[in-house]
Amino acid sequence: MTVTLLLFASYADALGVSSLDMELASESTVGELLSAIRTRPGAERLPPRPLVAVNQAYATLDSVVRAGDEVALIPPVAGG
Amino acid sequence: MTPLASLVRAPIDPLSIIRDVSNPRNGAVLLFLGAVRQVNEGRDVTGIDYAAYEAMAQRELDAIVVEASEKFETQDVAVQHRLGELGVEEVSVAIAVGHAHRDAAYAASRFVIEELKRRVPIWKREHYTDGTREWVDPTGRASAGAPS
Repeated sequence: MTVTLLLFASYADALGVSSLDMELASESTVGELLSAIRTRPGAERLPPRPLVAVNQAYATLDSVVRAGDEVALIPPVAGG
Repeated sequence: MTPLASLVRAPIDPLSIIRDVSNPRNGAVLLFLGAVRQVNEGRDVTGIDYAAYEAMAQRELDAIVVEASEKFETQDVAVQHRLGELGVEEVSVAIAVGHAHRDAAYAASRFVIEELKRRVPIWKREHYTDGTREWVDPTGRASAGAPS
């Protein structure tokens, strides 16, 4: 399945794009998605365990990602 | 109840957000404004641009307002966060709370700003007098955007 990953702020700068289409096995976990990102140029500038949101809610490493989900890497937030 | 939470690109009007939480029930009406500071960690700042994962930031702001309303027992909690380019002294965030009593109004206002800073996906990039720009990382780790 293809999952579109959204990137923001410093993470978008690190990977040079604001979204990435990722090819993943169906029902992959967030942890597996993070492993898949590691092969991308610039991914070495991401922290070991970036926060991830699935469908606009914070997810954990064992959260399951399904086709059509909106997945995003969340850099350390700095609102206010 | 429609949560009074919004992400805005135009300058924040403090009087307008006060009006959102003012009514005959409230003996206390409290306004907090966060503004762009000229010096951050010893560096001279000329401005900040705020970016957000807007759909999720809106959801989190809505949830925080609902949580504050339930926890502190008032329907009158409002928050606005600015996005885009801001100069020094401009208001980046406004929180207004109306409550029957002041203690709960102060506590609710504090709750909203602390939760906002903890979980709302908003980022700020500071612009410095030497022309450089950097994403701020409040966790203190080296920025992912900085040269390694």
